[in-house]
Amino acid sequence: MISERFFNYIVALLILGTALVAWVMDEPFLITLTTKAVILALAGVGLNLALGQGGLISLGHAAFFGLGGYAMGVLASHAQTFTPLMEAPFLIVGTNSMPVIWLVAIVASSLCAFVIGLLSLRTSGVYFIMVTLAFGQMLYYFSISWPAYGGEDGLSIYVRNSFPGLNTLDPIQFFGICFAILMLVIYGVSRLTHSPFGLALNGARQNAQRVHTVGLNPFKLQLAAFTISGAITGLAGALFADLNRFVSPTMFSWQTSGEIMIFIILGGVARLYGPVVGAALFILLEHWLGGLSDFWHVYLGIILLCVVLFARGGLIGALAKKERAHV
Amino acid sequence: MSTVLIIEQILNGLQFGVMLFLMAAGLTLIFGVMGLINLAHGSLYMVGAFAAAAVAASTGSFLLALAASLAAAAIVGAIIELVVIRRLYDRDHLDQVLATFALILIFSETTRWLFGSFPLFLDVPEALSGTVTLPGGIAYSSYRLMIISVGIIVAVGLFLLISKTRIGMRIRAGENDREMIGALGVDISKLYTLIFALGAALAGLSGALVGAIQSVQVGMGEPVLILAFVVIVIGGIGSIKGALVGAILVGLTDTLGRVMLPLFFANFMEQSSATSVGSSLASMSIYILMAAVLIFKPTGLFGRA
Amino acid sequence: MKIKTLLLAAVSAAALASNAIAEGHGKVKVGMITTLSGGGAGLGIDVRDGFMLAIKESGNENVEVVIEDDQRKPDIAVQLADKMIQSEKVDVMTGIIWSNLAMAVVPSAVAQGKFYLSPNAGPSALAGKGCSPNYFNVAWQNDNLHEAAGAYASEAGLKNSFIMAPNYPAGQDALNGYKRFYKGELAGEVFTKLGQTDYAAEIAQIRASGADSVYFFLPGGMGISFMKQYAGSGVDIPLVGPAFSFDQGILQAVGDAALGVKNTSQWSKDLDNETNAAFVKNFQAEYDRLPSLYASQGFDTANLLLSAMEKADVKDADAFRAALKEADFKSTRGDFSFGNNHHPIQDIYVREVIKEGDVYTNKIIGTALEDHADAFASECDM
Repeated sequence: MISERFFNYIVALLILGTALVAWVMDEPFLITLTTKAVILALAGVGLNLALGQGGLISLGHAAFFGLGGYAMGVLASHAQTFTPLMEAPFLIVGTNSMPVIWLVAIVASSLCAFVIGLLSLRTSGVYFIMVTLAFGQMLYYFSISWPAYGGEDGLSIYVRNSFPGLNTLDPIQFFGICFAILMLVIYGVSRLTHSPFGLALNGARQNAQRVHTVGLNPFKLQLAAFTISGAITGLAGALFADLNRFVSPTMFSWQTSGEIMIFIILGGVARLYGPVVGAALFILLEHWLGGLSDFWHVYLGIILLCVVLFARGGLIGALAKKERAHV
Repeated sequence: MSTVLIIEQILNGLQFGVMLFLMAAGLTLIFGVMGLINLAHGSLYMVGAFAAAAVAASTGSFLLALAASLAAAAIVGAIIELVVIRRLYDRDHLDQVLATFALILIFSETTRWLFGSFPLFLDVPEALSGTVTLPGGIAYSSYRLMIISVGIIVAVGLFLLISKTRIGMRIRAGENDREMIGALGVDISKLYTLIFALGAALAGLSGALVGAIQSVQVGMGEPVLILAFVVIVIGGIGSIKGALVGAILVGLTDTLGRVMLPLFFANFMEQSSATSVGSSLASMSIYILMAAVLIFKPTGLFGRA
Repeated sequence: MKIKTLLLAAVSAAALASNAIAEGHGKVKVGMITTLSGGGAGLGIDVRDGFMLAIKESGNENVEVVIEDDQRKPDIAVQLADKMIQSEKVDVMTGIIWSNLAMAVVPSAVAQGKFYLSPNAGPSALAGKGCSPNYFNVAWQNDNLHEAAGAYASEAGLKNSFIMAPNYPAGQDALNGYKRFYKGELAGEVFTKLGQTDYAAEIAQIRASGADSVYFFLPGGMGISFMKQYAGSGVDIPLVGPAFSFDQGILQAVGDAALGVKNTSQWSKDLDNETNAAFVKNFQAEYDRLPSLYASQGFDTANLLLSAMEKADVKDADAFRAALKEADFKSTRGDFSFGNNHHPIQDIYVREVIKEGDVYTNKIIGTALEDHADAFASECDM
């Protein structure tokens, strides 16, 4: 057994290495796959903050993932057709600059997470799971039936958005952007987890009463965690949309929420790199099993079931020692 | 809109509610007693419908088909309880959600593997294929009236089972204090298998009943599952009475929303955009209802705090 | 990472004679992305089987087909398209069933110089302003069958239609397509929820509307649910629909409730031409089931590709494009040609659902529109 921290470094290096090897060997599709894993990992890192640290089992994170995606889709489609987003009371035009889109995605999804959190956190347990699911479904049906941005057809963006100084259509450069963001966010989350806020949040999950008695408000702590968590998942949504150059209501569906949750379980709940390992494993399974049979969902289901039943703590739990930090 | 039409639509809403109740009753029973959140309940609904379709195709009897749906779903339910579900009672909700999500994947694709990708045929029995004329001149489908009656019978039956029988007493005891009833010598694992099979049988029955007027196909369980969750959350998880009230509320909101909202918007916008806006809002209406209920009563209408 | 790579070596005796000329030109690698698992798998399987039947019958060894399952998810489809283009390096792509997936894949695939032959989806954006020289639609533009239904309704003297579709882009297009050719009044216009399963409320509205006909577009399970419930409601206003709710796979699940319903289609099992008769017979022999509309579209798509391969090398894109444009193949639909926007110009028929022995199927009862193109061709500047 190796330490979790060391294991994490290996995972990060493996992902980077896969992309670089694929680049050298001129296998652009492998880079694209790796990029997808990185982006989905980012979405999982977002959910993991609420779920792992905060104990908030949200089955509605697709809402933020989709919002981030649509932030990209709406802004870029207006830039593509040169039509302003709105003219009165002040002019807003579309854009195809990634940093601007990211900012909009983060702001939109954190606002949305704040509102959903404000309402949902009144409940707990199963009610919380279900009410977040309901909010996700609301956005899903809205996006399907709202014709302005393509409804169920979604929105196609023909070129990838731009990032100053880089050619984002080159797979390895786009991978670089996503990987850098993932590493930055993981660093931020790890700092946050070990900050007084993170400790209090963990305390609120384990014993809300006790946190309350030391003068902290568990509701506010959880709302803050939920909002940050939504913002991260929203950012991942914007990147995912840019990877595919396409957004659609599927991003809002409850299966998407379920999949983000699966990454966390496969990797290990409340572990810093849990979603990263989980997302990579999921992509690997999808490709390997998908090649074996048309009915590969059966195998995926069985593997998932076994992980939940027998390998609690996920892959990291099975391979690395639990870090004895402040948990 | 005429009064007769409004009454007919209210009846439709009730009927839709009863369909949802059949599905939600098993779900809420299982949650109430074992504290288990079972996403695979929709798969049991599908199992019931497929068993009914297969038996109806080979025997031609609708009653046999219904019996088969009850039996198949109960057996499958008992098997998954023994193999998978009983390992989940002590786990947190997250593990339960994921394990039962995995079961959905397994069930859906296995069914597709066994029965193929095309929808199956299951029809209403000859005797119930017509309409009955209700007071006020409403011609109403006899089969739908039958569904309403079955729903009422199931509701009454469950009520009697829980309040009057020995099993019901154990169920209530189990809801209140799991360890205590074990200590009193009740074989709790048998009781749980039994309740899970009962809940599964209810799901299977509703799958067969509803399957006869809908499409028997892989994946038919998930949309109903989500609606059933909305129902039990509104009603208060674990409460059969709550499931009944919640189901009827959801049925009425959905049906009347679909009919009324486009008409409402037509008052101040042109027809085709009113239809579009109204339908969009109607498709979100039950989720809005659920959010509203939870904001005022965070444990649902009849839930225990 | 090699997934289902099917190298086709089987050479049937009949095909040997007819295809000796193909040897002259280079190999073509085809990437087929279609739905093979989950809810809508029946359609994708039919397209694939129809396509592969044509390839097998041709005995052409220069075609290599890579088949992948998109699970009906747009993001998976995009990813598979990237894979086909970047790592499999295919020349031609095909297979997508759903419009939303096509919109996700096609624009970027043709922008990268690949040919795309659509065996099913025909969204209006790709027929009008977004048309592309490398995009060929072998099935129909999405509105076509609905337009034909509108034309049929007018011709049959229907004056007061109640129209209904799910509230999503294809549903809105369907009702617009119907209204484009329908001249009568509307008794009502309703958008249902996508995936809705209970239609009691809509049926009550239909009963109260005083309509003389009901036009509905409810693909897949939605149509099955609606027709069964409609049959049990005692309302006897005649139904009209597009072929999607009456194809071979679905009809058996609807049963008697569908008997006598008129529907519009560009293909039917009983279309009287040699190619079609052989296709229906061979498809049954090969797969032990009746072919559907989707299977015929897959079959025609493959034959179009084979016809172009005989005339030009796929590496010479201009020549290959010209060869595709000629549409010099024997279609199961009889006459078939491409308009300026590379969408079909074809007859669209009215069919009626009948029962043949134990099997529910369709019979042609007339032609709704002859040599019909689509409403968006003029917006396409090719």
